[in-house]
Amino acid sequence: MTTIAVASTPLVEALLARADDALVHAHRLSEWCGHAPMLEEDLALANVALDLLGQARSLYQYAAEVEGAGHSEDDLAYRRDAPQFRNALIFELPRGDFAETIARLFLASAAMLPWWQAAMESPDARIAAISAKAEKEVTYHLRHAGEWMIRLGDGTEESHARVAAAVAKYWPYTGELFEAEHPAVAALLPDPAPLRAAFDATVARVFAEAGLDRPRDGWMQKGGRRGVHTEHLGHMLAVMQHLQRAYPGAVW
Amino acid sequence: MYTQALNQKDVAPAAGPAEDPERLARFEARVAAEDKIEPNDWMPAAYRRTLTRQISQHAHSEIVGMLPEGNWITRAPSLRRKAALLAKVQDEGGHGLYLYAAAETLGTSREELVDQLLSGKAKYSSIFNYPTLTWADIGAIGWLVDGAAIMNQIPLCRTSYGPYARAMVRICKEESFHQRQGYEIMLTLARGTEAQKAMAQDALDRWWWPSLMMFGPPDAESAHTDQSMRWKIKRFTNDALRQQFVDATVPQGHFLQLSFPDPELRYDEEAGHWRYGAIDWEEFRQVLAGNGPCNRERLEARRRAHAEGAWVREAALAHAAKRRARRAAERQAAE
Repeated sequence: MTTIAVASTPLVEALLARADDALVHAHRLSEWCGHAPMLEEDLALANVALDLLGQARSLYQYAAEVEGAGHSEDDLAYRRDAPQFRNALIFELPRGDFAETIARLFLASAAMLPWWQAAMESPDARIAAISAKAEKEVTYHLRHAGEWMIRLGDGTEESHARVAAAVAKYWPYTGELFEAEHPAVAALLPDPAPLRAAFDATVARVFAEAGLDRPRDGWMQKGGRRGVHTEHLGHMLAVMQHLQRAYPGAVW
Repeated sequence: MYTQALNQKDVAPAAGPAEDPERLARFEARVAAEDKIEPNDWMPAAYRRTLTRQISQHAHSEIVGMLPEGNWITRAPSLRRKAALLAKVQDEGGHGLYLYAAAETLGTSREELVDQLLSGKAKYSSIFNYPTLTWADIGAIGWLVDGAAIMNQIPLCRTSYGPYARAMVRICKEESFHQRQGYEIMLTLARGTEAQKAMAQDALDRWWWPSLMMFGPPDAESAHTDQSMRWKIKRFTNDALRQQFVDATVPQGHFLQLSFPDPELRYDEEAGHWRYGAIDWEEFRQVLAGNGPCNRERLEARRRAHAEGAWVREAALAHAAKRRARRAAERQAAE
């Protein structure tokens, strides 16, 4: 009884995909709070996590309205099981070291910024409004992560090796960020394929300054948008959803 | 309190020169006249030492204080609570940052201060050595721990050292928001299911006495209070602040329909105060001595974060140096 069934439509699925991306990424970033390499980064990563959490909430609220089944943002976040999550796989991988966290934040922000920019033009006023806010936030995330990519790439031998390894690890997960939306929502949400050019340009610019090589586009991992995840998401949700699952019906 | 340092004895360096009596008299007159002392002003060495110790201990408490609450960020039971908790823990990091900055104005670098924390030489508030075992602990910390902190920190907004007083103004605003947030969590639990009420009661049972201990030892044992009071670093005694806290908090707990784990708690009509039972000062001493339930884990977590982040800090410095060198070379080439 505690797991809900979502009355799915292509728009609900598409909204959940972006909401889950943001929530799962926020969760991983929030794991740093109190443990970052310097106090300034404790604050910055928490800030980014808070932005993403805000984006997730707006999108869940809208998804719940579109679904029309009386679900709340918390029902969608806390009462779906892993196979019902629609986030891209890149977001659920364990936080890793600081280089991995930064590489993921950089790659995801580089992919998401053009998406939010395009979504600001959506004929759906809610999507346009959520996107306008998200676009401002992700611009900052991209700048912050980009500056760190350069510091780490250019810094010491160790930092260069760590960030290069992180890029190699995450690169095969970037393809999923450009998967086509369902044709039924094509009029409301951007087509990700043409946004690749902007992503490629950002990567090229930052990698050049960081002294990093762009990995070859080989086989790309995917599955998250269909609910086929890595082994990590289930553990993450077990932690995140623990109280809602242990005390069904309680108000917090 | 976050600044239990005031209860430690100030040990002057053995061969420290005596203060110039004229300057000392001028300094004391300024303090007595409620003038703020600023970083470039002359101040007695003991004043500088005491403040450096107090402000840095306050900063360390904020940083270590991120850990017990951070323990629940990934498990917060709703998205709204998660956002509020994450923002709160972030605020504490921010408090740490500007308190370190205030301490630096007295001439000790943040790196040195952090090293003192990590080596175990510097103390932080005893309260953060207790574990957060259930979600209700997040409510209890906001209500009781932040509530106790506010009692101590509001007077610090008028403390004699300018940078510290100004930092406290902002910190107090945020702390009082945290306190209300914590109380609201308790209220929600107290009005919730039986299991939630039990959770709230259990949290009050565990956090009540440690919260009273935050104010430090009774005045009779706090040898350091006199000079700190005269220099207006401290404005009220431990016992006075503790009483103020108890008087404010007991009715709030009764409103929640929770009971306090103190059979001797009673209202003294004549004095207009809530009288409380004996505090277990042995427990307090043990926690300060490193034997609290989480002392080891808290310090280990800070040391691990510092050690694991070393390569990041080195990379940032190396990049900055390389960039400076490249810019200098470019300028030279252009000339």
